[in-house]
Amino acid sequence: MSLIEVRDMKVRYGGIEALKGVSFDVEEGSIVTLIGANGAGKSTTLKTIAGLVKPVEGTITYNGEDITGLEPQKLVSKGIVLVPEGRRVFGNLSVYENLRIGAYLIKDKAQIEAQLEHVYDLFPRLKERSWQLAGTLSGGEQQMLAVGRALMAQPKVIMMDEPSLGLAPIIVRGIFDIIKKINEEGTTVLLIEQNANAALRVAHHGYVMETGNVTMEGTGQALLNDTRVREAYLGKAK
Amino acid sequence: MDFIVANLPYLLTGISVGGQYALIAIGYTMVYGILRLINFAHGDLFMIAGFIMVYASASLPLYISLPLVIILTVVLGVLIERVAYKPLRSAPRMSVMISAIGVSYLLQNFAWYVTGGLAKIYPEIPWISDSVQIGPVSTSRITIITPILTIVLIIALVVLIKRTKIGMAMRAVSRDFETSQLMGININRVISTTFIIGSFLAAIGSILYFSRYTTVTPTIGAMPGLKAFVAAVFGGIGSIPGAVIGAFIIGICENIIKALGYTTFSDAFTFALLIVILIFKPTGLFGEKESEKV
Repeated sequence: MSLIEVRDMKVRYGGIEALKGVSFDVEEGSIVTLIGANGAGKSTTLKTIAGLVKPVEGTITYNGEDITGLEPQKLVSKGIVLVPEGRRVFGNLSVYENLRIGAYLIKDKAQIEAQLEHVYDLFPRLKERSWQLAGTLSGGEQQMLAVGRALMAQPKVIMMDEPSLGLAPIIVRGIFDIIKKINEEGTTVLLIEQNANAALRVAHHGYVMETGNVTMEGTGQALLNDTRVREAYLGKAK
Repeated sequence: MDFIVANLPYLLTGISVGGQYALIAIGYTMVYGILRLINFAHGDLFMIAGFIMVYASASLPLYISLPLVIILTVVLGVLIERVAYKPLRSAPRMSVMISAIGVSYLLQNFAWYVTGGLAKIYPEIPWISDSVQIGPVSTSRITIITPILTIVLIIALVVLIKRTKIGMAMRAVSRDFETSQLMGININRVISTTFIIGSFLAAIGSILYFSRYTTVTPTIGAMPGLKAFVAAVFGGIGSIPGAVIGAFIIGICENIIKALGYTTFSDAFTFALLIVILIFKPTGLFGEKESEKV
Protein backbone atom coordinates (compact mmCIF):
# COMPACT_ATOMS: atom_id res chain seq x y z
CA MET A 1 0.00 0.00 0.00
CA SER A 2 1.27 3.43 -0.92
CA LEU A 3 0.97 6.45 1.36
CA ILE A 4 -1.27 8.27 -1.11
CA GLU A 5 -3.30 6.45 -3.72
CA VAL A 6 -5.24 8.48 -6.24
CA ARG A 7 -7.73 6.44 -8.25
CA ASP A 8 -9.63 7.58 -11.31
CA MET A 9 -9.97 11.16 -10.08
CA LYS A 10 -12.18 13.43 -12.19
CA VAL A 11 -12.56 17.17 -11.69
CA ARG A 12 -14.78 19.57 -13.59
CA TYR A 13 -14.64 23.36 -13.65
CA GLY A 14 -18.03 24.38 -14.95
CA GLY A 15 -18.43 22.29 -18.06
CA ILE A 16 -14.74 21.73 -18.62
CA GLU A 17 -13.22 18.47 -17.53
CA ALA A 18 -9.86 19.40 -16.02
CA LEU A 19 -9.01 15.88 -14.81
CA LYS A 20 -10.35 12.96 -16.80
CA GLY A 21 -9.59 10.09 -14.48
CA VAL A 22 -6.16 10.45 -12.94
CA SER A 23 -4.55 7.60 -11.03
CA PHE A 24 -1.15 7.51 -9.38
CA ASP A 25 0.63 6.48 -6.19
CA VAL A 26 2.95 8.26 -3.83
CA GLU A 27 5.20 5.92 -1.85
CA GLU A 28 6.01 6.86 1.71
CA GLY A 29 9.39 8.58 2.00
CA SER A 30 9.80 9.22 -1.70
CA ILE A 31 9.89 12.24 -3.96
CA VAL A 32 7.26 11.95 -6.67
CA THR A 33 6.92 14.46 -9.45
CA LEU A 34 4.16 15.21 -11.91
CA ILE A 35 5.42 16.85 -15.06
CA GLY A 36 3.55 18.12 -18.07
CA ALA A 37 2.66 21.18 -20.06
CA ASN A 38 0.50 24.09 -18.93
CA GLY A 39 -3.11 23.06 -18.57
CA ALA A 40 -2.31 19.37 -18.17
CA GLY A 41 -4.05 19.37 -14.78
CA LYS A 42 -1.06 19.24 -12.45
CA SER A 43 -2.12 22.12 -10.23
CA THR A 44 -5.70 20.87 -10.15
CA THR A 45 -4.44 17.48 -9.01
CA LEU A 46 -2.61 19.00 -6.05
CA LYS A 47 -5.49 21.31 -5.17
CA THR A 48 -7.87 18.37 -5.20
CA ILE A 49 -5.67 16.34 -2.87
CA ALA A 50 -5.37 19.41 -0.59
CA GLY A 51 -9.16 19.72 -0.43
CA LEU A 52 -9.49 23.06 -2.22
CA VAL A 53 -11.26 21.45 -5.17
CA LYS A 54 -13.82 18.64 -4.86
CA PRO A 55 -13.56 15.79 -7.36
CA VAL A 56 -16.74 14.67 -9.10
CA GLU A 57 -15.54 11.08 -9.21
CA GLY A 58 -12.71 8.95 -7.94
CA THR A 59 -11.05 8.40 -4.59
CA ILE A 60 -7.98 9.57 -2.75
CA THR A 61 -6.70 7.40 0.07
CA TYR A 62 -4.05 8.32 2.59
CA ASN A 63 -2.57 5.57 4.75
CA GLY A 64 -5.47 3.41 3.62
CA GLU A 65 -8.04 5.95 4.77
CA ASP A 66 -10.44 7.58 2.31
CA ILE A 67 -9.76 11.34 2.38
CA THR A 68 -11.70 12.31 -0.76
CA GLY A 69 -13.41 15.67 -0.40
CA LEU A 70 -12.27 16.44 3.15
CA GLU A 71 -11.91 20.08 4.21
CA PRO A 72 -8.40 21.56 3.82
CA GLN A 73 -7.98 22.04 7.58
CA LYS A 74 -8.74 18.32 8.19
CA LEU A 75 -6.05 17.38 5.70
CA VAL A 76 -3.53 19.73 7.28
CA SER A 77 -4.18 18.13 10.65
CA LYS A 78 -3.58 14.71 9.05
CA GLY A 79 -0.20 15.93 7.82
CA ILE A 80 -0.85 16.78 4.16
CA VAL A 81 0.17 20.34 3.27
CA LEU A 82 0.40 22.24 0.00
CA VAL A 83 2.88 24.97 -0.85
CA PRO A 84 0.74 26.88 -3.34
CA GLU A 85 1.84 28.14 -6.71
CA GLY A 86 3.20 31.68 -6.65
CA ARG A 87 4.30 31.35 -2.99
CA ARG A 88 1.27 33.19 -1.62
CA VAL A 89 2.97 34.35 1.58
CA PHE A 90 0.89 36.71 3.72
CA GLY A 91 2.50 40.00 2.74
CA ASN A 92 0.77 41.88 5.56
CA LEU A 93 2.22 39.58 8.23
CA SER A 94 5.81 39.43 9.43
CA VAL A 95 8.05 36.53 8.47
CA TYR A 96 7.74 35.22 12.02
CA GLU A 97 3.93 35.44 11.92
CA ASN A 98 3.83 33.66 8.58
CA LEU A 99 5.75 30.80 10.17
CA ARG A 100 3.54 30.81 13.25
CA ILE A 101 0.44 30.64 11.11
CA GLY A 102 1.88 27.59 9.36
CA ALA A 103 1.64 25.87 12.75
CA TYR A 104 -1.91 27.11 13.25
CA LEU A 105 -3.32 23.73 14.24
CA ILE A 106 -0.48 22.79 16.58
CA LYS A 107 -1.36 23.52 20.20
CA ASP A 108 1.91 22.54 21.89
CA LYS A 109 4.06 25.68 22.31
CA ALA A 110 7.31 23.74 22.81
CA GLN A 111 6.67 21.80 19.62
CA ILE A 112 6.12 25.04 17.69
CA GLU A 113 9.33 26.53 19.10
CA ALA A 114 11.31 23.44 18.15
CA GLN A 115 9.91 23.43 14.66
CA LEU A 116 10.63 27.15 14.33
CA GLU A 117 14.28 26.53 15.23
CA HIS A 118 14.39 23.75 12.66
CA VAL A 119 13.01 26.01 9.92
CA TYR A 120 15.45 28.77 10.89
CA ASP A 121 18.29 26.23 10.61
CA LEU A 122 17.16 25.29 7.11
CA PHE A 123 16.69 28.92 6.09
CA PRO A 124 18.97 31.19 8.16
CA ARG A 125 17.81 34.05 5.95
CA LEU A 126 14.34 33.87 7.44
CA LYS A 127 15.73 34.22 10.94
CA GLU A 128 17.59 37.39 9.98
CA ARG A 129 14.38 38.81 8.59
CA SER A 130 11.91 37.44 11.08
CA TRP A 131 10.42 40.85 11.97
CA GLN A 132 10.21 42.08 8.41
CA LEU A 133 6.87 42.08 6.60
CA ALA A 134 6.78 39.12 4.23
CA GLY A 135 5.67 41.37 1.39
CA THR A 136 9.08 43.08 1.44
CA LEU A 137 11.07 39.87 0.81
CA SER A 138 12.58 38.97 -2.55
CA GLY A 139 11.00 36.24 -4.67
CA GLY A 140 13.51 33.61 -3.55
CA GLU A 141 13.10 34.52 0.10
CA GLN A 142 9.33 34.36 -0.26
CA GLN A 143 9.65 30.86 -1.68
CA MET A 144 11.82 29.85 1.28
CA LEU A 145 9.17 31.33 3.55
CA ALA A 146 6.39 29.46 1.76
CA VAL A 147 8.28 26.18 2.21
CA GLY A 148 9.22 27.01 5.80
CA ARG A 149 5.63 27.91 6.59
CA ALA A 150 4.46 24.55 5.24
CA LEU A 151 7.11 22.73 7.31
CA MET A 152 5.80 24.43 10.46
CA ALA A 153 2.76 22.14 10.26
CA GLN A 154 5.16 19.18 10.64
CA PRO A 155 3.77 17.52 7.54
CA LYS A 156 4.12 13.89 6.55
CA VAL A 157 3.49 14.83 2.93
CA ILE A 158 4.48 18.16 1.47
CA MET A 159 3.07 19.04 -1.94
CA MET A 160 4.77 21.79 -3.90
CA ASP A 161 3.25 23.59 -6.84
CA GLU A 162 5.95 25.04 -9.12
CA PRO A 163 8.43 26.05 -6.39
CA SER A 164 11.02 27.21 -8.91
CA LEU A 165 8.71 29.39 -10.98
CA GLY A 166 10.14 32.83 -11.70
CA LEU A 167 13.30 32.39 -9.64
CA ALA A 168 16.93 32.93 -10.67
CA PRO A 169 18.81 29.73 -11.59
CA ILE A 170 21.10 29.87 -8.57
CA ILE A 171 18.11 30.13 -6.25
CA VAL A 172 16.34 27.30 -8.10
CA ARG A 173 19.31 25.06 -7.30
CA GLY A 174 19.00 25.99 -3.64
CA ILE A 175 15.30 25.15 -3.67
CA PHE A 176 15.95 21.68 -5.12
CA ASP A 177 18.67 21.07 -2.51
CA ILE A 178 16.15 21.93 0.17
CA ILE A 179 13.57 19.57 -1.35
CA LYS A 180 16.11 16.76 -1.18
CA LYS A 181 16.99 17.64 2.38
CA ILE A 182 13.36 17.73 3.49
CA ASN A 183 12.89 14.34 1.91
CA GLU A 184 15.98 12.90 3.61
CA GLU A 185 14.50 13.99 6.92
CA GLY A 186 11.61 11.64 6.19
CA THR A 187 8.96 13.85 4.62
CA THR A 188 7.26 12.54 1.50
CA VAL A 189 7.33 15.05 -1.34
CA LEU A 190 4.87 15.43 -4.20
CA LEU A 191 6.27 18.00 -6.59
CA ILE A 192 4.99 19.54 -9.77
CA GLU A 193 7.30 21.49 -11.98
CA GLN A 194 7.67 23.18 -15.33
CA ASN A 195 11.37 22.57 -14.87
CA ALA A 196 10.99 18.87 -15.73
CA ASN A 197 14.72 18.28 -15.96
CA ALA A 198 15.48 19.36 -12.41
CA ALA A 199 12.35 17.72 -11.06
CA LEU A 200 13.10 14.32 -12.61
CA ARG A 201 16.66 14.49 -11.32
CA VAL A 202 15.56 14.66 -7.70
CA ALA A 203 12.48 12.47 -8.03
CA HIS A 204 12.34 8.77 -7.26
CA HIS A 205 9.27 8.38 -9.39
CA GLY A 206 7.62 10.53 -12.03
CA TYR A 207 4.32 10.76 -13.86
CA VAL A 208 3.72 12.60 -17.11
CA MET A 209 0.37 14.36 -17.43
CA GLU A 210 -1.30 15.48 -20.63
CA THR A 211 -4.67 17.23 -20.86
CA GLY A 212 -6.15 15.75 -17.73
CA ASN A 213 -4.66 12.26 -18.01
CA VAL A 214 -1.57 10.47 -16.77
CA THR A 215 0.08 9.20 -19.91
CA MET A 216 3.43 7.81 -18.72
CA GLU A 217 5.17 6.83 -15.56
CA GLY A 218 8.53 5.58 -14.49
CA THR A 219 11.46 6.25 -12.20
CA GLY A 220 12.91 9.72 -12.47
CA GLN A 221 15.95 8.36 -14.26
CA ALA A 222 13.91 6.28 -16.72
CA LEU A 223 11.78 9.27 -17.70
CA LEU A 224 14.87 11.42 -18.09
CA ASN A 225 16.18 8.92 -20.60
CA ASP A 226 12.91 8.39 -22.41
CA THR A 227 12.98 9.81 -25.92
CA ARG A 228 9.37 10.98 -25.94
CA VAL A 229 9.82 12.80 -22.62
CA ARG A 230 13.09 14.28 -23.82
CA GLU A 231 11.48 15.64 -26.96
CA ALA A 232 8.31 16.93 -25.35
CA TYR A 233 9.47 18.28 -22.00
CA LEU A 234 13.24 18.50 -21.83
CA GLY A 235 13.78 20.33 -25.08
CA LYS A 236 16.39 17.85 -26.25
CA ALA A 237 16.40 15.96 -29.52
CA LYS A 238 17.44 12.30 -29.56
CA MET B 1 -12.35 82.54 26.65
CA ASP B 2 -16.05 83.17 26.34
CA PHE B 3 -15.94 81.82 22.83
CA ILE B 4 -14.36 78.58 24.00
CA VAL B 5 -16.78 78.21 26.89
CA ALA B 6 -19.68 78.83 24.55
CA ASN B 7 -18.49 76.26 22.08
CA LEU B 8 -16.99 73.65 24.37
CA PRO B 9 -20.30 71.74 24.64
CA TYR B 10 -20.35 71.37 20.87
CA LEU B 11 -16.81 70.10 20.82
CA LEU B 12 -17.53 67.61 23.62
CA THR B 13 -20.67 66.46 21.84
CA GLY B 14 -18.67 66.13 18.63
CA ILE B 15 -16.10 63.90 20.30
CA SER B 16 -18.84 61.84 21.84
CA VAL B 17 -20.79 61.44 18.60
CA GLY B 18 -17.51 60.63 16.86
CA GLY B 19 -17.01 57.80 19.35
CA GLN B 20 -20.45 56.41 18.56
CA TYR B 21 -19.78 56.57 14.83
CA ALA B 22 -16.43 54.88 15.41
CA LEU B 23 -18.05 51.91 17.16
CA ILE B 24 -20.37 51.41 14.20
CA ALA B 25 -17.70 52.15 11.59
CA ILE B 26 -15.47 49.34 12.87
CA GLY B 27 -18.19 46.85 11.98
CA TYR B 28 -18.26 48.12 8.41
CA THR B 29 -14.53 48.26 7.97
CA MET B 30 -13.74 44.85 9.50
CA VAL B 31 -16.35 43.03 7.45
CA TYR B 32 -15.12 44.80 4.35
CA GLY B 33 -11.52 43.89 5.23
CA ILE B 34 -12.34 40.20 5.32
CA LEU B 35 -15.25 39.66 2.91
CA ARG B 36 -14.83 42.74 0.65
CA LEU B 37 -18.50 43.32 1.41
CA ILE B 38 -20.24 46.54 2.42
CA ASN B 39 -22.61 45.14 5.01
CA PHE B 40 -25.60 47.41 4.42
CA ALA B 41 -27.50 45.66 7.18
CA HIS B 42 -25.08 46.95 9.82
CA GLY B 43 -26.93 50.23 10.45
CA ASP B 44 -30.17 48.30 10.84
CA LEU B 45 -28.55 45.92 13.28
CA PHE B 46 -27.77 49.04 15.32
CA MET B 47 -31.46 50.01 15.14
CA ILE B 48 -32.62 46.52 16.17
CA ALA B 49 -30.26 46.71 19.16
CA GLY B 50 -32.13 49.87 20.16
CA PHE B 51 -35.52 48.14 19.98
CA ILE B 52 -34.29 45.09 21.85
CA MET B 53 -33.34 47.44 24.68
CA VAL B 54 -36.73 49.17 24.56
CA TYR B 55 -38.61 45.89 24.86
CA ALA B 56 -36.18 44.14 27.21
CA SER B 57 -36.09 46.99 29.71
CA ALA B 58 -39.89 47.12 29.81
CA SER B 59 -40.01 43.90 31.75
CA LEU B 60 -36.46 43.22 32.93
CA PRO B 61 -34.12 45.08 35.24
CA LEU B 62 -31.20 46.93 33.65
CA TYR B 63 -28.52 44.56 34.84
CA ILE B 64 -30.21 41.82 32.79
CA SER B 65 -31.48 43.84 29.83
CA LEU B 66 -28.12 45.51 29.07
CA PRO B 67 -26.17 42.23 28.65
CA LEU B 68 -29.19 40.75 26.90
CA VAL B 69 -29.10 43.53 24.28
CA ILE B 70 -25.44 42.84 23.61
CA ILE B 71 -25.90 39.06 23.40
CA LEU B 72 -28.97 39.19 21.15
CA THR B 73 -27.36 41.73 18.83
CA VAL B 74 -24.28 39.53 18.47
CA VAL B 75 -26.46 36.49 17.81
CA LEU B 76 -28.43 38.39 15.18
CA GLY B 77 -25.25 39.67 13.52
CA VAL B 78 -23.81 36.16 13.26
CA LEU B 79 -27.15 34.80 12.11
CA ILE B 80 -27.33 37.36 9.28
CA GLU B 81 -23.91 36.25 8.10
CA ARG B 82 -24.84 32.55 8.24
CA VAL B 83 -28.15 32.92 6.45
CA ALA B 84 -27.59 35.74 3.97
CA TYR B 85 -23.85 35.83 3.20
CA LYS B 86 -22.32 32.41 3.83
CA PRO B 87 -24.33 30.57 1.14
CA LEU B 88 -23.03 33.17 -1.34
CA ARG B 89 -19.36 32.71 -0.45
CA SER B 90 -18.32 31.82 -3.98
CA ALA B 91 -20.93 33.99 -5.72
CA PRO B 92 -19.98 37.29 -7.38
CA ARG B 93 -19.50 40.13 -4.93
CA MET B 94 -22.50 42.01 -6.31
CA SER B 95 -24.85 39.17 -5.30
CA VAL B 96 -23.67 39.34 -1.70
CA MET B 97 -24.12 43.09 -1.67
CA ILE B 98 -27.69 42.77 -2.97
CA SER B 99 -28.30 40.19 -0.28
CA ALA B 100 -27.04 42.72 2.29
CA ILE B 101 -29.45 45.36 0.99
CA GLY B 102 -32.23 42.77 1.23
CA VAL B 103 -31.36 42.05 4.87
CA SER B 104 -31.34 45.77 5.58
CA TYR B 105 -34.92 46.17 4.30
CA LEU B 106 -35.99 42.97 6.00
CA LEU B 107 -34.84 44.28 9.38
CA GLN B 108 -36.46 47.68 8.82
CA ASN B 109 -39.77 46.16 7.79
CA PHE B 110 -39.66 43.71 10.63
CA ALA B 111 -39.26 46.67 12.98
CA TRP B 112 -42.19 48.46 11.30
CA TYR B 113 -44.29 45.36 11.73
CA VAL B 114 -43.47 44.91 15.40
CA THR B 115 -43.73 48.55 16.45
CA GLY B 116 -46.50 49.60 14.12
CA GLY B 117 -44.22 52.37 12.96
CA LEU B 118 -44.43 54.30 16.21
CA ALA B 119 -41.32 55.81 17.71
CA LYS B 120 -40.36 54.20 21.00
CA ILE B 121 -38.73 55.96 23.90
CA TYR B 122 -35.38 54.51 24.89
CA PRO B 123 -35.15 53.72 28.58
CA GLU B 124 -33.10 56.05 30.70
CA ILE B 125 -30.03 54.39 32.09
CA PRO B 126 -29.25 55.91 35.48
CA TRP B 127 -25.81 57.26 36.26
CA ILE B 128 -24.64 57.61 32.64
CA SER B 129 -27.45 60.07 31.87
CA ASP B 130 -26.71 62.23 34.94
CA SER B 131 -25.35 65.66 34.27
CA VAL B 132 -21.81 66.53 35.26
CA GLN B 133 -19.87 69.75 35.44
CA ILE B 134 -16.66 70.11 33.41
CA GLY B 135 -15.14 73.44 34.32
CA PRO B 136 -17.76 75.96 33.31
CA VAL B 137 -19.69 73.54 31.14
CA SER B 138 -22.48 71.25 32.22
CA THR B 139 -23.06 68.11 30.18
CA SER B 140 -24.35 64.59 30.64
CA ARG B 141 -21.99 61.93 31.87
CA ILE B 142 -22.46 59.95 28.68
CA THR B 143 -20.65 62.64 26.70
CA ILE B 144 -17.56 61.93 28.75
CA ILE B 145 -17.96 58.17 28.94
CA THR B 146 -18.47 57.59 25.21
CA PRO B 147 -15.04 58.61 23.91
CA ILE B 148 -13.25 56.95 26.83
CA LEU B 149 -15.13 53.68 26.40
CA THR B 150 -14.64 53.84 22.63
CA ILE B 151 -10.91 54.26 22.98
CA VAL B 152 -10.63 51.46 25.55
CA LEU B 153 -12.59 49.11 23.28
CA ILE B 154 -10.50 50.05 20.27
CA ILE B 155 -7.25 49.46 22.13
CA ALA B 156 -8.57 46.05 23.19
CA LEU B 157 -9.51 45.33 19.59
CA VAL B 158 -6.11 46.35 18.24
CA VAL B 159 -4.40 44.13 20.83
CA LEU B 160 -6.68 41.28 19.81
CA ILE B 161 -5.81 41.70 16.15
CA LYS B 162 -2.09 42.27 16.59
CA ARG B 163 -1.29 39.93 19.45
CA THR B 164 -3.60 36.93 19.44
CA LYS B 165 -3.81 33.84 17.30
CA ILE B 166 -7.34 34.56 16.09
CA GLY B 167 -6.24 38.11 15.26
CA MET B 168 -3.36 36.75 13.20
CA ALA B 169 -5.80 34.44 11.43
CA MET B 170 -8.09 37.40 10.72
CA ARG B 171 -5.24 39.31 9.12
CA ALA B 172 -4.28 36.26 7.07
CA VAL B 173 -7.85 35.60 5.90
CA SER B 174 -8.27 39.27 4.96
CA ARG B 175 -5.32 38.84 2.62
CA ASP B 176 -5.91 35.42 1.08
CA PHE B 177 -8.82 33.01 1.69
CA GLU B 178 -7.41 30.02 -0.11
CA THR B 179 -3.94 30.07 1.39
CA SER B 180 -5.45 30.62 4.84
CA GLN B 181 -7.39 27.40 4.38
CA LEU B 182 -4.16 25.64 3.44
CA MET B 183 -2.74 26.70 6.82
CA GLY B 184 -5.58 24.85 8.52
CA ILE B 185 -7.53 28.01 9.36
CA ASN B 186 -11.29 27.52 9.48
CA ILE B 187 -12.31 30.63 7.55
CA ASN B 188 -15.96 30.38 8.54
CA ARG B 189 -14.95 30.62 12.17
CA VAL B 190 -12.80 33.67 11.44
CA ILE B 191 -15.65 35.33 9.56
CA SER B 192 -18.07 34.60 12.41
CA THR B 193 -15.59 36.15 14.85
CA THR B 194 -15.50 39.27 12.72
CA PHE B 195 -19.27 39.53 12.83
CA ILE B 196 -19.27 38.90 16.59
CA ILE B 197 -16.87 41.81 17.13
CA GLY B 198 -18.69 44.13 14.73
CA SER B 199 -22.10 43.38 16.25
CA PHE B 200 -20.78 43.68 19.79
CA LEU B 201 -19.40 47.15 19.08
CA ALA B 202 -22.61 48.15 17.27
CA ALA B 203 -24.61 47.08 20.35
CA ILE B 204 -22.41 49.21 22.63
CA GLY B 205 -22.65 52.07 20.13
CA SER B 206 -26.42 51.72 20.11
CA ILE B 207 -26.66 51.89 23.91
CA LEU B 208 -24.53 55.04 23.97
CA TYR B 209 -26.30 56.66 21.02
CA PHE B 210 -29.86 56.06 22.15
CA SER B 211 -29.10 57.11 25.70
CA ARG B 212 -28.52 60.51 24.17
CA TYR B 213 -31.09 60.67 21.34
CA THR B 214 -33.80 58.84 23.19
CA THR B 215 -36.19 57.86 20.37
CA VAL B 216 -35.94 54.65 18.39
CA THR B 217 -37.71 54.31 15.03
CA PRO B 218 -37.42 51.59 12.37
CA THR B 219 -35.36 53.82 10.06
CA ILE B 220 -33.14 55.38 12.72
CA GLY B 221 -30.23 53.12 11.77
CA ALA B 222 -29.90 54.70 8.34
CA MET B 223 -28.28 58.04 9.26
CA PRO B 224 -25.71 56.94 11.86
CA GLY B 225 -25.08 53.87 9.70
CA LEU B 226 -24.41 55.99 6.63
CA LYS B 227 -22.19 58.39 8.53
CA ALA B 228 -20.21 55.56 10.05
CA PHE B 229 -19.87 54.15 6.55
CA VAL B 230 -18.59 57.51 5.30
CA ALA B 231 -16.15 57.53 8.22
CA ALA B 232 -14.91 54.08 7.22
CA VAL B 233 -14.45 55.18 3.61
CA PHE B 234 -12.81 58.42 4.72
CA GLY B 235 -10.28 56.53 6.86
CA GLY B 236 -9.72 53.96 4.13
CA ILE B 237 -12.13 51.06 4.20
CA GLY B 238 -10.55 47.95 5.70
CA SER B 239 -8.42 49.99 8.10
CA ILE B 240 -9.49 50.09 11.75
CA PRO B 241 -7.46 53.14 12.83
CA GLY B 242 -8.68 54.85 9.66
CA ALA B 243 -12.32 54.22 10.54
CA VAL B 244 -11.83 55.50 14.09
CA ILE B 245 -10.03 58.67 13.05
CA GLY B 246 -12.56 59.24 10.26
CA ALA B 247 -15.43 58.83 12.71
CA PHE B 248 -13.99 61.32 15.21
CA ILE B 249 -13.26 63.86 12.46
CA ILE B 250 -16.81 63.60 11.11
CA GLY B 251 -18.39 63.77 14.57
CA ILE B 252 -16.35 66.82 15.56
CA CYS B 253 -16.78 68.66 12.24
CA GLU B 254 -20.55 68.13 12.25
CA ASN B 255 -20.86 69.67 15.68
CA ILE B 256 -18.51 72.54 14.95
CA ILE B 257 -20.71 73.33 11.96
CA LYS B 258 -23.69 73.27 14.28
CA ALA B 259 -21.87 75.57 16.69
CA LEU B 260 -21.31 78.03 13.88
CA GLY B 261 -25.03 78.14 13.31
CA TYR B 262 -25.25 76.07 10.13
CA THR B 263 -27.09 73.10 11.64
CA THR B 264 -29.00 72.55 8.40
CA PHE B 265 -25.76 71.81 6.60
CA SER B 266 -24.14 69.45 9.09
CA ASP B 267 -25.35 66.30 7.29
CA ALA B 268 -24.58 67.81 3.92
CA PHE B 269 -21.02 68.34 5.08
CA THR B 270 -20.56 64.62 5.76
CA PHE B 271 -21.73 63.57 2.34
CA ALA B 272 -19.88 66.36 0.57
CA LEU B 273 -16.80 65.03 2.35
CA LEU B 274 -17.54 61.56 0.94
CA ILE B 275 -17.72 62.94 -2.58
CA VAL B 276 -14.48 64.88 -2.16
CA ILE B 277 -12.65 61.82 -0.83
CA LEU B 278 -13.91 59.60 -3.61
CA ILE B 279 -12.65 62.12 -6.15
CA PHE B 280 -9.26 62.94 -4.67
CA LYS B 281 -8.27 59.95 -2.57
CA PRO B 282 -10.50 56.95 -3.27
CA THR B 283 -8.47 54.72 -0.95
CA GLY B 284 -9.04 57.05 2.02
CA LEU B 285 -6.54 58.20 4.63
CA PHE B 286 -5.07 54.80 5.50
CA GLY B 287 -6.48 52.57 2.80
CA GLU B 288 -4.33 50.03 1.02
CA LYS B 289 -3.92 50.39 -2.68
CA GLU B 290 -5.78 47.66 -4.49
CA SER B 291 -2.91 46.05 -6.29
CA GLU B 292 -3.19 42.50 -7.46
CA LYS B 293 0.26 40.98 -7.34
CA VAL B 294 0.91 38.49 -10.07
